Amino acid sequence: MAAKTVLNYLPRKSVVHDLTGTAKLVFFLLFTFASMITYDTRVLAGLLVISLGIFRLSHIKISEVKFMMVFMLIFLALNNVFIFLFNPNQGTEIYGTRHVLVHLFWRYDVTAEQLFYHLNISLKYFVTLPVAILFISATNPSEFAASLNSIGVSYRIGYAVSLALRYIPDIQRDYHAISQAQQARGVELGKKEKLLRRMKNSVGILLPLIMSSLQRIDTISSAMELRGFGKNKKKRTWYMKRPMQRSDYIAMALGALLLAISLGMMAVNGGRFNNPFL
Amino acid sequence: MEPIISFRDFSFQYRAQKRPTLKNINLDIYPGERILIAGPSGSGKSTIGSCINGLIPFSYPGEVSGTLTVDGVDAPHSSVFELSAHVGTVLQDPDGQFIGLTVAEDIAFALENSCMPQEEMIEITRRTAGLVNIEDHLGYAPHELSGGQKQRVSLAGILVDDVKVLLFDEPLANLDPATGKQTIELIDSIQQQTDTTVIIIEHRLEDVLWRNVDRIILVADGQIAADMKPDELLATSLLEQHGIREPLYVTALRYAGVQVTADMQPRHPDCLQLTEAQQAKLQAWFRSCPAPEKKQEQPVCLEVRNLSFGYTNERRNLQDISFTIRKGEMTAIAGRNGAGKSTLSKLICGFEVPQEGSILLDGRDLKEDTIRQRAARIGYVMQNPNQMISKTMIFDEVALGIRGMGLTEAEIRERVEATLKVCGLYPFRNWPISALSFGQKKRVTIASVLVMGPDIIILDEPTAGQDFRHYTEIMEFLRGLNEQGVTVLMITHDMHLMLEYTDRTLVFNDGHLIADASSAEILCSPDIVQQAALKETSLFTLANRCGIGEPVAFVNRFIEADREVRAHGC
Amino acid sequence: MKKSFSIKTVVAIGIGAALFFVLGRFVAIPSGIPNTNISLQYAVLGLFAAIYGPIAGGLIGFIGHTLIDLSWGGSPWWSWIIASAFVGVVVGLFANRLKVNEGEFKLKSIITYGVANVIAHAAAWIGVAPLLDIWMYAEPSDKVFAQGAVAAAANVLTAVVVGVLLIIAYTKTIAKKGSLDAE
Repeated sequence: MAAKTVLNYLPRKSVVHDLTGTAKLVFFLLFTFASMITYDTRVLAGLLVISLGIFRLSHIKISEVKFMMVFMLIFLALNNVFIFLFNPNQGTEIYGTRHVLVHLFWRYDVTAEQLFYHLNISLKYFVTLPVAILFISATNPSEFAASLNSIGVSYRIGYAVSLALRYIPDIQRDYHAISQAQQARGVELGKKEKLLRRMKNSVGILLPLIMSSLQRIDTISSAMELRGFGKNKKKRTWYMKRPMQRSDYIAMALGALLLAISLGMMAVNGGRFNNPFL
Repeated sequence: MEPIISFRDFSFQYRAQKRPTLKNINLDIYPGERILIAGPSGSGKSTIGSCINGLIPFSYPGEVSGTLTVDGVDAPHSSVFELSAHVGTVLQDPDGQFIGLTVAEDIAFALENSCMPQEEMIEITRRTAGLVNIEDHLGYAPHELSGGQKQRVSLAGILVDDVKVLLFDEPLANLDPATGKQTIELIDSIQQQTDTTVIIIEHRLEDVLWRNVDRIILVADGQIAADMKPDELLATSLLEQHGIREPLYVTALRYAGVQVTADMQPRHPDCLQLTEAQQAKLQAWFRSCPAPEKKQEQPVCLEVRNLSFGYTNERRNLQDISFTIRKGEMTAIAGRNGAGKSTLSKLICGFEVPQEGSILLDGRDLKEDTIRQRAARIGYVMQNPNQMISKTMIFDEVALGIRGMGLTEAEIRERVEATLKVCGLYPFRNWPISALSFGQKKRVTIASVLVMGPDIIILDEPTAGQDFRHYTEIMEFLRGLNEQGVTVLMITHDMHLMLEYTDRTLVFNDGHLIADASSAEILCSPDIVQQAALKETSLFTLANRCGIGEPVAFVNRFIEADREVRAHGC
Repeated sequence: MKKSFSIKTVVAIGIGAALFFVLGRFVAIPSGIPNTNISLQYAVLGLFAAIYGPIAGGLIGFIGHTLIDLSWGGSPWWSWIIASAFVGVVVGLFANRLKVNEGEFKLKSIITYGVANVIAHAAAWIGVAPLLDIWMYAEPSDKVFAQGAVAAAANVLTAVVVGVLLIIAYTKTIAKKGSLDAE
C-alpha cells in the first residue's frame, strides 16, 4: 500500500486542495469542535449545508470515498442501536418531557424526545463526515508535519507524525512477510485456535516485528542526526510548506465564525440542546 | 599538501566492549583522494567511518585516545552536527535513511534542519537532484523507487550541504550487480564534478575497482594491515590472508600459475597487461583439464506449469512460468527487484494463490494443500533472520514448527536435536538466540525449517551483506545439506554464489522467465546479464583477452579448480 | 543522554505510532465476542512506553489512534484517543523505572508491569474515555460505561497476556551474553 493511500489522499485541482495544509487543519479542528459541542438541530443543519457545500467544491466523487462512507454509516447505525438499548430514556432525561409514540416491550418505549435525540446524534455524524473525509483526501500528507508545526506543535512531534506516515507501508509489508513465514510453521491467529493460544501465538509475530522495528529506529536516528535534525532547538523550515493566501485566512475565519456561532447558540439555549418540546 | 583527514595514534573502545575496536590507527587522507577501506566484518572498518562522521563517540559512546582531525576540526571534541557540515555520509540501509515522504523532501531534509528559506531550498534541491539524475522523480514516494534510485536520493541528500568529504558505508550491500556498477560510476562522476574526497567502506573489492581508486586501506583486527595502491595490493597475498575476496580474474591467474605483479596493472581486467607467455600459460591451464562430467539426471521433484499471478487485476507479476527442478539440484533464481522472484517463492509456499497454472511436487498438484501442509515439504527461509526468530531459546525456536503435529515431547526433542546436529548448533542448544552471531542466527532459521523434514528449501538472499568468510560458511553449510539430498532454491543477486554453488540459474525479468541455463552460460551472455541486472563476470573478460574462444568452458574450468581448492582447504 | 526529547525519542514515537496504526488498523484477531477484536497495538504501546518513557508512550497512543480514526474516514473520536494516550503515559510512568533495556527482568518487575497495565487500562476505559464521552459528546452514561467496560476487559486481557509475554521475550532477547558454554 502506498504512503499516499494510507490516508487515501486524492490529489486534484480544486479550491479545497489549493488551501494550505495549515488552513485545512485549523478549519478541520474548529469545525469538528463546533459540531461536537452543539446539539442544536438548527446549528447542525446549517453546518451540514456548509459541510456538503465544501465537499462539492473539492471535486472529489462519492464513489472514491465510498468505503469510508459505508464504514461510518455502519458505525453510526450500531451506535444508535446501542444508545437505544442502553438508555431508551436519554431523550426524556435531556428534554424533560415524555411523548410516547409506540410502546415496544419492558422499558422500551419509542418517545418523540428519544427520536429527536437520535436525529441530532446522527446529524452530527453527517456534519463531520464530509469535512473529515476532505481533510485527509484533499491534504497532501507531506504537508501534515509543517501544518502541525505552524499551529504551534513542536516540530519534533510534527516530524514524528511524518515518520509514522512514511514507515506505515514498510511496517505493514514486514508484518505480512513475518506472519506468512510464521503461518508456515503453524503459528495461527485465526478462529481455528483457542483464544489464549491465539494471543500467545501473536507474540511470535510481534517479537520479530518489534526487533526489526527497533533496529530501524537506530538506523533512522543515525541518518537524521547525520543530516542535522534537531540542530536548531526551536525552528525548522519545511520544503512542502506553502505560503498563506487570502483564501486560507478566509477558511480559517469561517471556521472560527462557525465555532463562535455554535458557542453563541449554547449561551442562547442555556446549554448544548435546544428544546422544541417546551 | 595538508591531509584533510588525519588519524594519529588513534584508538577507540566501545563502552560495552572489553577490548578496543580500533588500535593505534595512523592514517592520512588527502583532499581529492579516492580511498577504499576494505576489511572483513568486525575488522573495525565501519568504526573508522563512524569516527570520521562523529557518530562515534557522540551516538555510540566509548573511550577515545589519540587525535583525529577532519577538515581542520578536532573530531572527537566537536559534535555530529558540526562534522556533518564537513562530511556527508551515505549509510548502508536505503530504506532506513530515506526519511522523507517524497524524493524532494528527503533531499531537502538537511536544508530544512538548517532553517534555509524555502525558495533557496527548492532551488538547491532541484539542482542537486539533477546532479544525480533523479530530477524527474521529485514527487515520488520511496516505495515507488528502485534500490538504485533510493541510493541516488541519499547521495543527493548529503550533496545539498557543501561537504568536503563523501563517506559511503557499504554502498553496494543491498544492490544488484548492475546497479552496484552504476553506483560506482555515479560516485566517480560526482567526485570529479565536486572535487570532494571520497571514502568508500566496502568488502566487495572487485565491484568498487570498477572505477579507479587511489588507495586501498586494508583493515584487520582493528589495525591497518595495508595502505597501498590497488595494483600493489593485488600483487600481494594480503587480501586472501584477511578474508577479502580478490577479483576473480586475479584468482584465475594465480590458479594458472601466473605470478601477479603490480606492473601488470591488475586493478581492472581491461588494463591488465599480460605477456604472451602469461597468456599461453593461462591457455595451457584451461586445456589441461577435461570438462567435468555431467551429473546423472535425477527424477523431477518440483514442477511449475504455466503459472500466472498478479496482486492486482491490472498487472501480472508473473506471466506463464514453467520450469522443473530435479531432486538434489541447487538452483539460483536471479533478476532485478520486482522481476517476480519473491512472488514465485510465495506462490510455491502457498502464501499467495495463482490465478492460472499449477505447481506440482513429485507429480502431485499442490492446489488443495494449505500453507502448513506445504511447509512440511517445502521450507522457506527469509532474508533477515531477525524477521523469523520468534523465540528466545534456540531449542524452542527450532521446535516451533513441529509442535502441534501430535508428536510426543520426547519425539520432538529427538528431532530437534538431530536437526541441531546437522546444522552444527547442537553445542549451543541451550543458548539464548541473542548470544549468536548473524551467521549462526541464519543457521537457526534454516534449522527451524529443516526440522519439518522438507524435500526442498527456498532461501531468500542467503548471503546478502555477508563478507567472504561468512558467505563461505553459509554456503558450505547449504552445500552440505544439498549433498544429503535436500533440493535447494536460492533467490540471489550474488554472482559469486551462482558461479560457485549452483548448477543452474533461472532468470526472471518483468514477470517472465527469460533464461534457464547453467550459471556459467548465463554470466557469459551479455544480453541476459543486462536484462537481469547482473554483470558480466570478469572471467569472461579475461578469457576474451587471452583469446580463449570458449568463455563458458573457461568459467567452468575455473569453478572446478576453485571447488578443489576449497575442498582441500588451501 | 540529552534531555528526554532526543532524536531517538522522536523516531521511536514515529515508528511506534506506525506500529500502533498497522496493528490497530489491519490486524484483526477475533476475540470470540462478535465485533470485538484483540487490540494488539496496546501490547506494543506498553512495550514502547516502558522503553522510551511516558511522553513517548502518550504521543504514540495519541498519534497512532488519531491516524487510525482518520483512515476510517470519520472525525477522530477524541475521547478515546485521549484514553489511548493516557494508557501510554500511565504505563510509561510505572514501567520506565523497570529498566527493561538492561536485560534482567525479574518476577517482581513482571508483576509491576502487569499491574501497571491493568491500572492504566481500567482507568482509561472505565474512567477517562466514558467521562470524556459524556462531557464532550453528551452520550448516555449507561452506554458509554458499558462500552468502556468491554474495552477495558478486552484490553486488560491483551495487555496482561500478550503484553507481559512480549516484554518477557523482549528482555530475554537483549540479555547480556554472560558466561555461556558450549555443551
